[in-house]
Order: sequence, then structure tokens, then C-alpha cells
Amino acid sequence: MEEFAALLDALVYTTSRNRKLALIASYLRAAPDPDRGWALAGLTGGLDFPAVKSSTIRNLMMERVDPVLWTLSRDFVGDTAETASLLWPAPEDAAPQDDLPLADVVARLASLTRASAPKELPLLFDRMDARGRYALIKLATGGMRVGVSARLAKTAFAQAFDVAVEEVEEYWHALAPPYTELFDWAAKGGPAPDLANVPRFRPFMLAHPLEDGEVDLADYAAEWKWDGIRVQLARTGGVTRVYSRSGDDISATFPELLGALPIDAVLDGELLVRGSAQGGEAGGAASFNALQQRLGRKTVSGKMLKDYPAFVRLYDVLLLDGTDWREHPWKLRRATLEGLMPRLPQTHFDLSALVEAEDFAQLAAIRDTARDEAIEGLMLKHRTSPYVAGRKVGHWFKWKRDPLLIDCVLMYAQRGSGKRSSFYSDYTFGCWDGDPDAGAELLPVGKAYSGFTDAELKMIDKFVRQNTLNRFGPVREVVRQLVFEVAFDSVHTSKRHKSGLAMRFPRIHRIRWDKPAHEADRIEGLRALVKD
Amino acid sequence: MSAPFSWIRPEPWGIHVVPADIWVDPSRAVPRALVTHGHADHARGGHGATIATPETLAIMQLRYNTSAGAAPAAYGESVSLGGGVTATFLPAGHVLGSAQILLEHAGERMIITGDYKRAPDPTCAPFAVTPCDIFITEATFGLPVFTHPPISDEISKLLKSLKDNPENCVLVGAYALGKAQRVIAELRAAGHHDTIWLHGAMEAMCRLYEEHGVALGDCRLVSDAPSKEAMRGSIVIAPPAALSDRWSRRLPDPITAMASGWMQVRGRARQRGVELPLVISDHADWNALTATILEVNPQETWITHGREEALLRWCQLNQRRARALALVGYEDEDD
Repeated sequence: MEEFAALLDALVYTTSRNRKLALIASYLRAAPDPDRGWALAGLTGGLDFPAVKSSTIRNLMMERVDPVLWTLSRDFVGDTAETASLLWPAPEDAAPQDDLPLADVVARLASLTRASAPKELPLLFDRMDARGRYALIKLATGGMRVGVSARLAKTAFAQAFDVAVEEVEEYWHALAPPYTELFDWAAKGGPAPDLANVPRFRPFMLAHPLEDGEVDLADYAAEWKWDGIRVQLARTGGVTRVYSRSGDDISATFPELLGALPIDAVLDGELLVRGSAQGGEAGGAASFNALQQRLGRKTVSGKMLKDYPAFVRLYDVLLLDGTDWREHPWKLRRATLEGLMPRLPQTHFDLSALVEAEDFAQLAAIRDTARDEAIEGLMLKHRTSPYVAGRKVGHWFKWKRDPLLIDCVLMYAQRGSGKRSSFYSDYTFGCWDGDPDAGAELLPVGKAYSGFTDAELKMIDKFVRQNTLNRFGPVREVVRQLVFEVAFDSVHTSKRHKSGLAMRFPRIHRIRWDKPAHEADRIEGLRALVKD
Repeated sequence: MSAPFSWIRPEPWGIHVVPADIWVDPSRAVPRALVTHGHADHARGGHGATIATPETLAIMQLRYNTSAGAAPAAYGESVSLGGGVTATFLPAGHVLGSAQILLEHAGERMIITGDYKRAPDPTCAPFAVTPCDIFITEATFGLPVFTHPPISDEISKLLKSLKDNPENCVLVGAYALGKAQRVIAELRAAGHHDTIWLHGAMEAMCRLYEEHGVALGDCRLVSDAPSKEAMRGSIVIAPPAALSDRWSRRLPDPITAMASGWMQVRGRARQRGVELPLVISDHADWNALTATILEVNPQETWITHGREEALLRWCQLNQRRARALALVGYEDEDD
């Protein structure tokens, strides 16, 4: 456990990607089995201990530390695990205990129940120092936030044992922690894991944003960029899995898809919910708002399935009838996909149609209608591009519609987390509910914590501190004075805000130090942009 | 007869000693000031007269070039301020010359700690526990998460990193007044006698410390280094602001360290891009703050700059009378 805690700590303080890779690789080479497999799973969010929640930790602390002091500390530190690790009242005269192997810690955490956790966790905390407790809580509650993506961990693994990262990625998602076969193969020269009859994830092909340039439509085909979530359906030996973009298995969330694919294949598409918000009746897809009802659930009720029926709009084919199509050019894969469609049930699958245009200018005009159609924008795919993992320049571009802009007034600011724990970096802003000169009020319409530079963050932070009206824990209410030009992708009706509106992807576009607050926009202007 | 302690009035920009019309650590220019120590948020230039320890006055003269109206008061020496008020400067253990100020008037005793610490420091006199009725304490690290480790642990960490990375240099961000000299003195005490390279902003203050009897060994300026290579495998000390400045490009593959009490919180270290956090503080940590209140055992504790709320809560939980003073102008310095 100490080695893992030291690794985690070192990763916290390392910003360079190469040094992170080196740290993880050197840990993976040195640590014993199966500890290193558990560490890898922990770093990439592959472990789940349902008996330990953030609230479990908070409750343990509340029994031992004054609640006011706990809350003040938590607000300042910005992280529950770290605060608890520092405030845990360790027994002063405890005899030093042997370091527990990580595998033992994992086994203990896995054996916990809601009832036993409050008794068992303290025994573990007592035998560790603050750094160990931090690692333990992070491991138990998930969300390491040390800047290690699954991709980075896979790359580090490949680097540690000098194997190809693509191979690592393919095997990884088919295996379960502690990935014994993966280490046997890479670290000990054993045979490659036999995955012939196991459905598994293939890395997604991704797109670069099209910044300013143009592309020649003789070389590139255009498709709508649908506003759902990108998924991969993989069926092998009759078993179907649904994978998210990061390779997470989300099959349980969408059970209706598991029996829908009648043949062994690996398909790439957009997961959507039936409706008419995107592209009207012909578009056949509800807004992302509707899909959101279905996301993140471990079990799904019959009512959910009926009210928000999911389907997949297919973009590409990777494997079909035993043939790997990834090496083949896009146009051939597209023809194969079109040929496949009659074999798939229309209830759960359709084809992402191509957008035809005479030339780029006409395509640009079509893209401008994306807003009315409530679609994210266009995809441009090179007709000869193979299906390759990651973002390769020149193959695929995403060409999002321009964001909407609105002027809002800063109302509340909250201290950030982690790196931003000393800055007021999360902003709630509002629009006027009428004429501000006739006594109208501001109603919150959204929250944003990005879109500004570090220098601007410092300036806003200073503004917040100097213009505080009220404090509510980590939140400050400020003088209604500072205008933000907020960019957002779309706006939807919502019960969560008093204004009845919620923005999608709001970010601070510009800070209007110059603009008086009463000139900011009104709610009715924002409401007119709703396309639910 | 007036109410107890009505002769002291905390105002947003400082503590006013009314009968003597003199201010303690005012954040704006006043005719007469008492200054606890030389850090910029306590010692400002432009006062008509300044009473402080000789070391603090020397530091103020160096930093703000203000010697007009300087009136030195040595540790333990009582100064009559007029209006029946006397002031005594007592060591605070924060930096060279730092003092608590004991104010006495009509049999009432009040101590203003300024900034202080209880951990040993070879560069300044240790905090003197002194009885009083009202104890005005700082609360910079007034949260129970702050328990600063012994400095020897952190110096070992620094020396280990230096040894493990012979191809790099270790760039330590440290406040130019106090922290930098303490780190150097502790490195020397730990047996590290190699050349330590300094940012130009450190030079004058280090010289001042040496003139006051704090030996710092072989320190040279980065700008005087014969080559980048000469600094490989060495410790370089710079003010925190220089860590991410273009200035650091002249150093050979620096590992960024920072010596500060804030480094105990991961987010603070990450925010500054610190790879090697050294939890070295010139302030009292939570345990020292609370232990000092118990030791001094005043009738009432007033809490200034820092995390007043938590220390106030602690006083409440321990049945101690306390109040928070809302003073402006004190910052979370780069301790």
C-alpha cells in the first residue's frame, strides 16, 4: 500500500505527461502481482466499492471531529479524501504495523458492507499515515483525479513492458482487474490473452476540430454530428457489449440493445433516444436532455425503457462476419455498413445519413441550419481514411456549429477544487427577468468554470473577494456588477433553475469589464432559443 | 471609569491605541506606528514615526528605504507611548526581528502577536510566552488540517531529491524575507555546505541576515554563475513569484520545489506547479495556535488575519472568550 500511496502522491505533483508515464511504468515494473494489477485498476477507475461512498467518509469524520471545523477544513482543502486523511485522529501510541499489500487492502474494501464499513475502515485508517489514508480513500471512493486517463495508463503499461499500446488497449477491456493475463503476457512473456470468444473494446477513431480551413468534398464526405453519446457495439460469440468512448462497459445501462444485434460484429455509432428534437420527425432523435435521463444508471426500470427508448445511429463498421474492416478505406466500410442495414432491426438501429452538398460553401450553409435542427454540427470524413485509434490529422474533422452567446451577470462564485481550491472559479450567472431599470431581478440561468485564462481567473477572483455581499460556506454572493459574455451550445427547459432554463456547455467567452450590468440580456431572450 | 480595553480600537486598517494615538501594523500611512515585523503586509512605508525592533527597522530601511522617524525598541525594553500606554517588544519567532507587542494601560495587558511560530528557527529568537488579559493572535494556518512536520523531515526530502537527480537542479521557492534564510541555515545545519545559488532579489536580505549574525555559508547569485552547468546538482533559491517566471529558464532542468506551510494541501502545490512540496512554515500551525492560547491563558482571545472562523470555533468549544477582528490588508503571504 505504501508504494501505491507514494505513486499516487508523486502523480499528484507531476504535470509533465512524460514524467507521469515514467512514474507509472517504473511502479508497474517493480510492484508484485497482483498488486500492480489492482493499482492499474484503481488509477483508471476500474474498481468499485459500493459500500464506501464519500458520505461514508464524511460520517466517520463527523463522529470524530467537530462538524464546523470539518466543514471549514473541507471547504478550504477542496477535497474530502484529503481533508479526512489530514484530520483523522490517529491513535498516538499505536505500535507501528506492517504495510498491507495493496491486494489485501482491495480484498478488505471489497468485503465491506454498508453496515460493516464504519467499523472496518477506521482499523485501516489507524494503521496508515496521512498519505496512506489519502490513497486508501481515493481507492475506495474512486475518482483519483491525478491526471491519469485510461489512455495514459495504457501507454505507461506499454512503455513499462515494451509492447504495442493498441494491443494493450484491445486486451485490457476484455479482462477484469487485476488483469492477470495481461501481466502474464506483457511482463512475463506468456501467451497473448485468448480473447477469440470474448466481446471486447476497440479503440475509437476520433476527429480534430476543423478550425478555419476548407476541405474538398471530392475527398471528404459529410455527416451530421448527432448530439448523443458515441458508443461501440461489440458482439462476439453471441454476446453483445456496449462500450462508451472511454472503453467503459455500459451494457447494463442499455439492456434493450444487448439482444438487438443479430450477428457478430463491431459497430461504431451514436446512442440516441427516440424523439423529434434533433432534425425534426425525419431526424427521429430526442435532444441530449432526454438521453441524459438514461445515462449513469446501473439498473433501468421498464418505464424508463418505454419513455426513453434508446437506439444506435450507425457511423461505421469495424468488424463483420469475421472480417476486420479497419484497414479498409472509409468508402468501402460505408458501403459495407449500408449493405448491413437490412439485416438489422429498425427498432434499434438506423444509418447516419450523408449530407450532400455541391461544394464547401453550400455545405457551410447547410451547417448553419444545424442550430434550428438542434444538431451539434457536421463531421467530415476522408473517403479513403482507414479506421485508426485516436486522432490522426487529416482523416476526420468535426465542424461544430458556432456557439450561441448571451450576456449574463455574475451572481455567485464558488471556490474550485484541486488546483483551484484557493480560487473562486465556479460562477453562477443570471439574466434579468424584465426591465432592470424598472426593478427587474436577476435569475440564475447557468454555471460555468471554464473559458478564461489563468490571468483572467486571478482578476475575477480578486473581483469576487472585493465585492462580496454574503458568504455561504465556499460560495460568495457578489455585487451584481460584472458581465460575462457566455457561450453555450444550446438551452433547454429545466426544473433545476428558478429561471426554468438550463444551458448546455456554458463557458465564459469574454469578460465584459466594460459593460454595465443593466445592459445584460433578459430571460425572455434566452427562452426564445429553446429547441426541446 | 471607562469599559475594559476601550483604549484599544480595532479598525479595518489596523489596531488603534487611542490614548497614545498610535497604530499597530497599519495598512495605510499614519503619523505613528508600531510594527511587529518586516513583511510587507505588516510593515508599510510612509509613517511619520515607526517604533519597531532594530532588526525590523533595518529590514524596513532596506525594503522601503524609510529611516525617517525610526525609533528602535529592543526585545524586553519598555517604551512609553504617551497617554499612559507602554509598549514592550517580545520575540515572536517568525522572522529576524519579529516581535509580539505587549501594550499596558491602567493595569490592563494586551498582546498583539503579529505573525509568530513555535517551531525552532536558527535565524531568530524564539517566541516568548507572556501572560496577558487579551491575546490578539494571528490565524494564518488556523485550520486543523495544518499540522506542519518538523523542518528536519522537509530538509531531508530536499536533500534526497537533490541526490536522486544529479542531472537537475532543485529550485526552491521561498519568501525572500525569513523563509529563504531559514531554509539555508537549516541546510547548513544538516551538513549541506555546497554553493547555494540565489535569485537577485534574495541578495540584500541574506546580507542583512549575515550582518545580524546568521551565517549562511557559500551563497552566490545565479547571475554570477559561470555557466548553466555550474548549477547542475545544486540548490537554487528564488522568491515564489520567480518559479514560473522566464527567469527560471537560465537554470539547468530545474525541479520546482516550494517551502511553504500551504504545501500541505495538494491543491495549493498543484496550483503553483510545484513538484516537490516542502511543508516549511514561519507561522504557527493549528496545534501551536491552540497550545499557545492555552499556555498564555488570556481572559479573551482576539483573532486576526487568516482563518478566523475555525479558531473562533475552537475557542467556543473550549469555553474561551474570543472574537474575530476583520482587519484588511493582511494577505496569505507566500509563507
